[in-house]
Amino acid sequence: MAHFQKPAEGSWTAHYPELGTGPVSYEDSISPEHYELERRAIFARTWQNVGRVEQLPRAGSYFTRELAAAGTSVVVVRGTDGEVRGFHNICRHRGNKLVWNDYPREETAGMCRQFTCKYHGWRYDLQGGLTFVQQEDEFFDLDKTEFGLVPVQTEVWEGFIFVNPDPKNAVGLAEYLGEMGSELAGYPFDKMTQVYKYRAEVGSNWKLFIDAFAEFYHAPVLHAKQAVAEESRKLQGVGYEALAYKLDGPHGMVSSWGGMSPPKDLNMVKPIERVLHSGLFGPWERPDIDGLDPLPPGVNPARSKAWGVDSFVFFPNFMLLIWAPGWYLTYHYWPTSYDSHIFEGTLCFVPPRNATERLRQELAAVTFKEYALQDGNTLEATQTMIESRAVTEFPLNDQEILLRQLHKTARDYVAAYQEDPERRRPSLRVSTAS
Amino acid sequence: MSVLPPEFADLEPFAGWSLRTEAERYAKRLSSSMADLQAFYDAAFPRLEAAMAHLDGLEYAALPEDATRLLWLCYSLVNASFPVEVWRQPRVPDSGAASMDVVVEPVV
Repeated sequence: MAHFQKPAEGSWTAHYPELGTGPVSYEDSISPEHYELERRAIFARTWQNVGRVEQLPRAGSYFTRELAAAGTSVVVVRGTDGEVRGFHNICRHRGNKLVWNDYPREETAGMCRQFTCKYHGWRYDLQGGLTFVQQEDEFFDLDKTEFGLVPVQTEVWEGFIFVNPDPKNAVGLAEYLGEMGSELAGYPFDKMTQVYKYRAEVGSNWKLFIDAFAEFYHAPVLHAKQAVAEESRKLQGVGYEALAYKLDGPHGMVSSWGGMSPPKDLNMVKPIERVLHSGLFGPWERPDIDGLDPLPPGVNPARSKAWGVDSFVFFPNFMLLIWAPGWYLTYHYWPTSYDSHIFEGTLCFVPPRNATERLRQELAAVTFKEYALQDGNTLEATQTMIESRAVTEFPLNDQEILLRQLHKTARDYVAAYQEDPERRRPSLRVSTAS
Repeated sequence: MSVLPPEFADLEPFAGWSLRTEAERYAKRLSSSMADLQAFYDAAFPRLEAAMAHLDGLEYAALPEDATRLLWLCYSLVNASFPVEVWRQPRVPDSGAASMDVVVEPVV
């Protein structure tokens, strides 16, 4: 029985007919060969979020990012002119990794006046220009202006820094993020600077973890024990229905009810939540900042009073969750092989003004980890069984529309690449019904 | 020697839970028995509201050391509440070898 209205076609999935409604093959998640194609067709060519502007507070602030799937490492730095730039993290002399500490494969961050290669001491300014060559007169006609760091396309959207490893990319970040991005403009991300960041190495294909966080059909079952017993039985009986789904090109979102902030009946929540006034959906009370009322048009698109959280899936590997009580969460999935990836979950709150606010945020962060550990471990079990190929096609329901979209989009990118690896379609987008 | 504010002397036996980082708190939770976790919870949970009131009476940006230690102990209580209130075991059930590390957290 439907509690929330679906589109006139009768289902969310039928509203986007190109998705089809048939069972879906998960061969795309268990094939090393397919993963190699995804690396070239997707991760070497799309905009990927690598951080926030708050990580680069002043000229000379930098961080590195390992983009294993794209096959590179980038260093992102704020120049003396205030601009944020990205460069391939490689010295132009003989290819040493330019910026790293102790362990060349680990990411690092810091402040500097210039970059100096550990190997032969070549130096680069914050704009990437080569400024010093050790024993320059030993070289042959070396023109330093031709040996600056190799730039990576870098753009900023709402304070989120994205890079695109494809030097021939012709689609700007704003165009790539489409309406799904532009309708979030103005959300006060910049005021939410109290950060908790978690990292996990997960033994599954990258798409499987996006699948896990792009549907809430699992929530009443997998997370049953996290609610008090009576509430849990009620939730399983009702099942899960979203308020709304929206697809926009390769990107999609689900708008969800919930949050109980504050709950109608305090017995619905655990004792620690009752005392702290916080939980999975965050502190019950919204922070006192501008920008949360009214919300940008892309948030809570159904304008539902029961709204709790919106989850945006920006293809390929960036998820943004905006919670009703005024904070946000990001997920990043960085593939390392066909059956492994690094997961990052980052919670961002308005800085607390007192210990009670700090404790409320702590409870939200700890609760996030408890849920994510449950979600993450299910994935390894799924990966190994899909690999058995005992079953090759899986029925996806209407509440799993974003999974259908993700796998189709990824397959479409690979198909376009195979068709003509050099063509570089400027905007390969899944056509969407209006 | 006491480490917590004098008003919370009753929690001194649990001062070992006053830990600065999530990694330390989570490790202590996993290495504790359910009896240990229950004892800590039973002592600290009824004092949580008093602790919040005490801490909120101080300037958050300049908490004295004993208050900071009390706050850290409250973080541990939040962490230990999951085994006690939800899981009935220290680990998240079915989480097997899965782990998730904090790489950035607030300084205090």
